[in-house]
Amino acid sequence: MARMVFLCDGERCIECNACVTACKNEHEVPWGINRRRVVTLNDGRPGERSISMACMHCTDAPCAAVCPVDCFYRTDEGVVLHSKDLCIGCGYCFYACPFGAPQYPRATLFGSRGKMDKCTFCAGGPHADNSPEEYAAYGTNRLAEGKLPLCAEMCSTRALLAGDRDEVADIYRERSARRGYGSGAWGWSVAYTADRGGAYAPGGRALEEPERTS
Amino acid sequence: MTPFAPARLLPLVLLLTALLFALPAAAQSGPGAVAPGGGGGAPAQPGLEGQTPSPDVRSPADVPLYIPHDGRVQGRISIPDPALATLIQPGGRDWRGFRMDWLQWIGGVVILGALAALAVFYFWRGPITIERGRARRWVPRFNSIDRFAHWTTALGFIALMLSGLVLTFGRFVLIPIMGHGSFAPLADWSKYLHMASSVPFVLGLLLMLGLWIRDNIPTRADLIWLRQAGGLFSRHSVHPESGRFNAGQKGLFWLVVLGGLAMALTGYLLMTPFYYTGIAGMQIIHIIHALLAMVLTAVIFGHIYIGTVGMEGAFDAMGRGVVDENWAIEHHKGWYDEQCRAGRIIPGDRMPQAGDD
Repeated sequence: MARMVFLCDGERCIECNACVTACKNEHEVPWGINRRRVVTLNDGRPGERSISMACMHCTDAPCAAVCPVDCFYRTDEGVVLHSKDLCIGCGYCFYACPFGAPQYPRATLFGSRGKMDKCTFCAGGPHADNSPEEYAAYGTNRLAEGKLPLCAEMCSTRALLAGDRDEVADIYRERSARRGYGSGAWGWSVAYTADRGGAYAPGGRALEEPERTS
Repeated sequence: MTPFAPARLLPLVLLLTALLFALPAAAQSGPGAVAPGGGGGAPAQPGLEGQTPSPDVRSPADVPLYIPHDGRVQGRISIPDPALATLIQPGGRDWRGFRMDWLQWIGGVVILGALAALAVFYFWRGPITIERGRARRWVPRFNSIDRFAHWTTALGFIALMLSGLVLTFGRFVLIPIMGHGSFAPLADWSKYLHMASSVPFVLGLLLMLGLWIRDNIPTRADLIWLRQAGGLFSRHSVHPESGRFNAGQKGLFWLVVLGGLAMALTGYLLMTPFYYTGIAGMQIIHIIHALLAMVLTAVIFGHIYIGTVGMEGAFDAMGRGVVDENWAIEHHKGWYDEQCRAGRIIPGDRMPQAGDD
């Protein structure tokens, strides 16, 4: 079974924000919610690099571990999804997430921040695949149609890669070896090396298959 | 139509341009502003060290995939949400460790420990009785404003405590019992209740502060009370003399007032994410809020115990506003003498009382 991951190659990202626009448009993401974003490091200085970042679909997802209502789940392909029917908008997942992925429709906690929204790896949510309910709450389910996330598919420089971890790793390593240097595989050590044990059970302590490192 | 005068605007434009370049440079020269790579010199953060062809990379197998970086990675972003300019924040890992491990253990030990200690105390010491029996003469202790302040705070606190416990321990305790589908609405309503009941809690707290601060200033007599632990742990009746409030009550007062206000401050800060602090600040504020909540919960358990089953005649004070004369003499001699001088004793039992025959 494939294990879906993102990898953004900082040597190729040109901060065009096409991935952001593609994501927003594909899923009709409301104004103010940023499922994907481009962060520029060393802006305006030598060594400037841009990284497109969204939910990395961590192996041992901190959001899932701290959720008080345990609304997260993980698909067979390693995609971390959540149920907006259960979410209470408390904001804990944003405290825990290393990548700033969870987004909320409202800015304050008076009452509620609203149902959390984040990147779904274009895999929808707990409703029936590509049903109107699923589309309204989570956006399209491209994975169910056999397609990869639109952000990566749109990327004109092929900086943003999405797909099975081994294949993504092979592409990235191959091109890095050709040009003579890598670009960091930002977030991989944080997202894909599980050092705490799985988070997908009430209490967040279920064990899962050991993680293959490199 | 006034013609556009670029010449007059030129200095302004120049100034703005200079600022535009100076500000980011100033911001970025601060410590920890940006990390990786660095302008020239040694790479400050792992991850971008290999920006030039390296003799170490000869085959795809030489390209590292899992490069550990423990620090915060901060950049710039073009959307108007500065919180998202942080690429990776490592603090969440520690916060998760606190929330899912430490808090569960600390909370469990403190709260269950307090309950267990009270149970042990009850069976060892039993209720503290009025030694000379009830006098059936009443001394007014708390007027209606006093009691309004107390019960407003108390109901607010109980609502805050129960809803907070649901959110803190519900995933472990309640989801296995009631399932995800019913727990989520309960947690949702707990969250609303938690925020709404902060209002009566804080109002009652301020009212109590104003009403009782005068009687809660520590005095020399409190030292004697503290040295004897209020006579709580002696089997025979020991009552160190005290005024309107003894040292234990004063301690509770200050714990509740100062602790409660700290709870309110941290709570309101958490209700307004990113208004006053960044993510690291909110993590720390949450930790303070949670730990203080556990302490206050345990303390209030003790307060509820001594105010109800733990001491004969104590509940009358907040329940009816009056206390039995003998209770007043035994527990608050100094205050009782004052009331006598003011002629405030009400003779006879005019109010119906449970257990009367």
